[in-house]
Amino acid sequence: MINNLNILLPEIFLSLSIFSILMLGVFIKKSFNIVFNLTSLILILTIAIILNNPNNEVKIFLDSFIRDSFSNYFKILILISSLFVLNSSKNFITENNLDKFEYPIIILLSILGMFFMVSSNDLILFYLGLELQSLSLYILASIDRDNLRSSESGIKYFVLSALSSGLLLYGCSLLYGFTGSTNFDLIANQLTKENVGAVFAMVFILVGLAFKISAVPFHMWTPDVYEGAPTSITNYFAVVPKVAGLALLIKFMLIPFSNILLEWQTILIFISIASMILGAVAAIVQKNIKRLLAYSSIGHIGYALAGVATGEISGYESSIIYISIYVIMNIGAFSCLYLLKKDGQYKENIFDLSGISKKHPLLAISLLIILFSMAGVPPLGGFFAKFYIFTAVLEKEMYALAIIGLLTTVISAFYYLKIIKTIYFDDSFITLEKVKNKTAKVSIFLSCSILLTFFLYPAILSNIVSSLFAN
Amino acid sequence: MIEIGLGHYLSLGAIIFFLGILGIFLNRKNVIVILMSIELILLAVNINLISFSIFSGDIVGQIFTMLILTIAAAEAAIGLAIILIYYRNRGSIRVEDIHGMKG
Repeated sequence: MINNLNILLPEIFLSLSIFSILMLGVFIKKSFNIVFNLTSLILILTIAIILNNPNNEVKIFLDSFIRDSFSNYFKILILISSLFVLNSSKNFITENNLDKFEYPIIILLSILGMFFMVSSNDLILFYLGLELQSLSLYILASIDRDNLRSSESGIKYFVLSALSSGLLLYGCSLLYGFTGSTNFDLIANQLTKENVGAVFAMVFILVGLAFKISAVPFHMWTPDVYEGAPTSITNYFAVVPKVAGLALLIKFMLIPFSNILLEWQTILIFISIASMILGAVAAIVQKNIKRLLAYSSIGHIGYALAGVATGEISGYESSIIYISIYVIMNIGAFSCLYLLKKDGQYKENIFDLSGISKKHPLLAISLLIILFSMAGVPPLGGFFAKFYIFTAVLEKEMYALAIIGLLTTVISAFYYLKIIKTIYFDDSFITLEKVKNKTAKVSIFLSCSILLTFFLYPAILSNIVSSLFAN
Repeated sequence: MIEIGLGHYLSLGAIIFFLGILGIFLNRKNVIVILMSIELILLAVNINLISFSIFSGDIVGQIFTMLILTIAAAEAAIGLAIILIYYRNRGSIRVEDIHGMKG
């Protein structure tokens, strides 16, 4: 029993510290700074706890909770990215009067939900984790409660996300009925192609998951929520839940649905192609940077899904590499938005970038690196991410998927280059305010340097990722 | 006299489920109706789970139902709170009025 608690230590530590900083926040006046710093400390300590524990595969609590290197990798990715997102957005939060102590606490709660999602081995635990994450994200989307746009984005996200949770849950109930168990391993044993009801259930579950990672045709909420929510929240939305969602998708393919991969793949290929095309085409006409990043994230998820759709370990590995680099690029891109301040207000239109290269060469060059990397220009990190995906897809001889993927890469390069053109060659020179935001600058620097130097030794990441599937 | 079997319960669940989904998409009047539709979907799932659980003699489905009931309550609470702050900002919760962002 005590051994079980050791395995659950990161989750236990996280939940106990959430309760204690909640009490601190309630009883101390003006507690935002204390709670915020403690939150960063908790995130770092949780990383240390996960790294300190062995990561051999153990299942506890009637096989409903699993700890292995796969879930540990995703947990660490989630923790590191939320650490960077939180710290680089601190100035933005205080200047926009979002500095309520609930803010970091709700973020920690959503992280706890994602922890249970990525280590679940049972439909019940999976659903509870997903809902803990979703409920926290509803609140986060509408956290700027006196702002019409923020509350509207909250309402939209709530309605559509609750609908998708309902669909997913209906799928879970059918899966339970037709296989007689909620445990992933037992489901995998029971599930065969002849089991028509269970295949039906699979479609519902896939719809729910595709919604959470905003893949087409379940993306309608993404642009509105990204535009309406405060930038710091959009940054969180664009990075962390997608990592957890992709982890779940891979987990579902690895264990419960491993016997009916063919049906699952057909749908995934469609979703992947649709996301890549929509992400490339719809972003062209956007004028708001956050909206543009929303469509670009839809496109990126399309590429990551192309790797998953191969249904092979090499494909899953390439998807995990893709999502890791996607996280790095997005943290950099959003950190640039925290420096985009003019007349005391944070700007988010592409127009506000025009000609900033004259007065702010460093910001301009970092945006250039990040956008080139998103477009997939060699030798930046984003190119390697796409390269791994296309290699995996071509190895499986899925030529249509690869060709459409390459075409959409070219189309999406257009709008990334358009922003770069605005930054470097537009006539109007915009002078931004000096923003004292060291952490955002550090995030931009780290993100750019990782993207620039990734080609020197890409094996670091791919070795780690391939060790996840070693057993 | 018909014997009421698993199929009947599942059909009831499916009918309620689709009523809930239709309620979300056809409703143009009020956001509260959407909230009710979401509850309807979750109830349909509960009917499914309980009937599966009873007919297969496995208790896990009923445990799942209890947890879903709890979560449905939490979801309704958060949903109502969000609708409330939206009403304060906009002065209306008609579905047609929620179109501040487009494109």
